[in-house]
Amino acid sequence: MTTQVDSTSVTTAIDVTAPIEHAFRLFTDGIGSWWNPDHHILQAELAEMVFEPYVGGRIIDRGTDGSECPWARVLAYDPPRLVCFSWDISLDWQLETDPAKTSDIEVTFTPVGPTQTRVVLTHRNLDRHGDGWEAMRNAVKQGWSLEAFAAAAAA
Amino acid sequence: MFTALADPTRRAIFERLAKSPSAVGELARELPVSRPAVSQHLKVLKSAGLVIDQPVGTRRVYSVDPAGIGTIRDYFDQFWQQALARFAAAATQPTEEEA
Repeated sequence: MTTQVDSTSVTTAIDVTAPIEHAFRLFTDGIGSWWNPDHHILQAELAEMVFEPYVGGRIIDRGTDGSECPWARVLAYDPPRLVCFSWDISLDWQLETDPAKTSDIEVTFTPVGPTQTRVVLTHRNLDRHGDGWEAMRNAVKQGWSLEAFAAAAAA
Repeated sequence: MFTALADPTRRAIFERLAKSPSAVGELARELPVSRPAVSQHLKVLKSAGLVIDQPVGTRRVYSVDPAGIGTIRDYFDQFWQQALARFAAAATQPTEEEA
């Protein structure tokens, strides 16, 4: 896995041992099978994730209490090579309703062999979230993903 | 921010700078850290985009970067690395082919 950063975006790439169609389907339709179940902003536990596979669709987290959190809008959907979606979460972990204040994520899939696919993810326009990074710093310090980060770091 | 602020001393320096901009000497006096160590920590914070510095007379004064984009970037950098590692693990699990 490699990572590079410029001023307002981050890019992470990884090669997966799967054909491109499978990788794309798993990333989108199968998002609930790999997404960290602790990474949500619902009040309840995360029950399932729904990826609506078309431009204008959404990524929706559903809670065990029936609540819903549509935290992304699908901006581009071109299987099996490209998917792009917004990050409609503000830096204080609320749903962001103003699209001008949201960042977006582009994911490309490129075959590097019959059973090998390169996945490149770029989270860009991070500056659009504007002020509030202190809230994020505090949230991260106490926050929802500390345990997962610790586990990842220890692995 | 996990890499830059994971260290408690660096976090203390960062939080101290959030209160008021300071030079290396002031920080070294107030915190239980040597002057060279403070300089080293500031270097890491600066490269993470968390603090900025500017010359004031003969001193170099450090302050928290108001844009703070480094914080956000560092957070998402870690976030997506971890997410893609989970994705790769799920993708390589035997599914249709071996089921």
